[in-house]
Amino acid sequence: MVDTNELLSLDELEAAGHLRTGRKHVLSILVENKPGVLTRVSGLFTRRGFNIDTLSVGPTDDERISRITLTLDGAQNPIDQVTKQLHKLVNVLKIKDLEPAETVARELALFKVAVDAQTRSEVRELAEVFRGKVVDVGRRSIIVEVTGDRSKIEAFERLVRPYGLVEMIRTGEVAISRGREET
Amino acid sequence: MRAVDALMECLKAEGVEVVFGYPGGANLPTYDAFVDAGIHHVLVRNEAGGGHAAEGYAKVTGKVGVAFGTSGPGATNLVTPIVDAMMDSVPVVFFTGQVRTELLGTDGFQEADTIGITMPAVKHSFMITDPRELPRIIHEAFHIAGTGRPGPVVIDLPQDLSKVDIPYEPVTDVHLPGYQPRTTGNAKQIRQAARALAAARRPVIYAGGGVVAAGASDELRRLVRGGRFPVTTTLMGLGTYPAPDDLWLGMLGMHGTRAANYAMDEADLICAIGARFDDRITGKLSEFAPRAKFIHIDVDPAEISKNIPAHIPIVGDAKQILARLDAEYTAQDADASRLDAWWQRIHTWQERHPLRWEPAADGQIKPQQVIEAIHRITGGDAILSSDVGQHQMWAAQFYDFPEPRRWVNSGGLGTMGFGLPAAIGAQLGDRDRTTVVITGDGSIQMNIQELATIRQENLPVKVVVLNNGYLGMVRQWQELFWQERYSHVDMNTYGGEEASPDFVKLADAYGIRGVRLTEAATFEDDLRAAFEAEGPAFIDVRVVRDEKVYPMIPAGEAARDMVG
Ligand SMILES: Cc1ncc(C[n+]2csc(CCOP(=O)(O)OP(=O)(O)O)c2C)c(N)n1
Ligand SMILES: [Mg+2]
Repeated sequence: MVDTNELLSLDELEAAGHLRTGRKHVLSILVENKPGVLTRVSGLFTRRGFNIDTLSVGPTDDERISRITLTLDGAQNPIDQVTKQLHKLVNVLKIKDLEPAETVARELALFKVAVDAQTRSEVRELAEVFRGKVVDVGRRSIIVEVTGDRSKIEAFERLVRPYGLVEMIRTGEVAISRGREET
Repeated sequence: MRAVDALMECLKAEGVEVVFGYPGGANLPTYDAFVDAGIHHVLVRNEAGGGHAAEGYAKVTGKVGVAFGTSGPGATNLVTPIVDAMMDSVPVVFFTGQVRTELLGTDGFQEADTIGITMPAVKHSFMITDPRELPRIIHEAFHIAGTGRPGPVVIDLPQDLSKVDIPYEPVTDVHLPGYQPRTTGNAKQIRQAARALAAARRPVIYAGGGVVAAGASDELRRLVRGGRFPVTTTLMGLGTYPAPDDLWLGMLGMHGTRAANYAMDEADLICAIGARFDDRITGKLSEFAPRAKFIHIDVDPAEISKNIPAHIPIVGDAKQILARLDAEYTAQDADASRLDAWWQRIHTWQERHPLRWEPAADGQIKPQQVIEAIHRITGGDAILSSDVGQHQMWAAQFYDFPEPRRWVNSGGLGTMGFGLPAAIGAQLGDRDRTTVVITGDGSIQMNIQELATIRQENLPVKVVVLNNGYLGMVRQWQELFWQERYSHVDMNTYGGEEASPDFVKLADAYGIRGVRLTEAATFEDDLRAAFEAEGPAFIDVRVVRDEKVYPMIPAGEAARDMVG
């Protein structure tokens, strides 16, 4: 008979996780603007079974270079090995694991909220409190644009959800380091 | 000139002497360019064979190997060698044909997403979108493949672009802002390592394939001899320190010597050079070398502290670092007699647990004895190109390698079918040296078609099958760890009758002289004759069927728990 000691319990499997940093990480990655770069970067996470929370890619002031801003949960995903592997990608120029305290992070979100004649003004007021912008008003819905860090956007979401959140779209965070130094 | 003609010029500019490949529709233009290029192209019988041959060439010469395949199935056949080259840090540039650009993404005939399929397994890859960039990209590919931690680079070339007329000018520089491998190690760290070595009472030097890649064997030897340090290497590092030798503990790891594994277990300082603490070395990670501090020298920063936290990390080229470490260590003027007790302990292990095998009572041949005979016949001077399985471990244990780049095998990926094609590249890389394939009856059948390549190229490769009629290594695990529940490991029984393929006839069909050896008492003379005869030989050695590789650290256990 097969030795049942060989069987691995689910607890053991869970306990095997190690090297977790236990905080949210914002990685700012400068890459050459070449086809396939994003796949190479994201592939390093996929291979290790990591879940990326948000990812945004855009141009920089130099057209040959793009910036990827990527957030993930260090409590779920050991980060050290993956940043070292990122450094090895030929098209990656620079990586910064941004310290939350020294970083300005912003995200833009669009909320489509179901409203009627009565609730429309309530949602407008909420938007004002959050310094959001009403970008579209329909008979049965309203679209609000909110910019801010993650917690602000999530707070707004909680508030409008009871009205009937038809749809929400978020860009994912972009981040820049405080002070004179380049990110 | 056509882009493909420029490609040939680039190969010549890189000093490429020989390439391995297979034509098809998408790379017809490239193969047209071969007609006039004056480059030695070896026509293999499966693209996988070409990829492994390019690896074998690279492993023996230290130069960048080159392999060609067409799109679709040609490229997918190259996937195994690409992953293999990644795992063992072998510098190879793979050129794959691709369908015409207008067909990309349309499931065109023989279209495969080669860049996508290989992306997680390459050091880098390039999809050609502008044929004018091809020359620069080729040189960048060679540069990336061969420098830093070597590895595979794929260049995917769409058929239409390969025919475009481009202006060709020799490329003199590469522009890779994101690729700057560190070479010189940190001076302070090197001094600290020297101090640690001078203070250690139970040090071990643990060298890996990185020492081969860095060409740092001489520097390693000087450091080891200067300090009278016990030295062991991984499977990939064999030959960097010559065997046998007073300071040589033998290979370490799952099938390493007890002396090497016990020394790691009791060491107070381990100096790892170009080695990556693979699970076949460490066994159970939490119990690996529990008393040791670690110096870790590697050109790849991602290896440092990946599996074992390093106390003194040094990133850079092992050749430079070892030379400076040796000088710094000498300056420490350490008292060599501090190691006397340690050496005494090691000698006790060596005396008590040498690698050994018992002759078979019934006159059958033991596999280990074949390796020892090959060592005698070749004067220990041959290149051994091995497949994967028990035979690989016996070759590693019983053929003492005096120099690096003589042991060619698939360590990281463990690719059965590697040995025969790799020997083709190895022999072409070092034409005057006896090249021997050590293979098993299972592995040889994974790429046996390359016998035709050997014949066509007229290479004097000697193929030795340690024929146990089993997928022996899997059988060994089933015997030892799965209560002898043998499942699909018998290669020798067809409908209850013993009937392995007749390898001698098979070799004959390929035009290669075959012999079968069965008697322990007489086999060595026949083996010698086969080696001494000109040209290739295929030697089917019937060995004791259920011999096991010992000693062994069972997977996931600690060095102290070695069995056998
Ligand atoms: C391509 C591939 N498939 C499966 C394996 C798993 N495997 C490792 S060793 C081995 C048996 C090899 O048999 P053989 O070549 O006869 O060598 P032996 O162990 O008998 O010396 C197998 C199946 C492998 N390493 N590679
Ligand atoms: Mg076998």
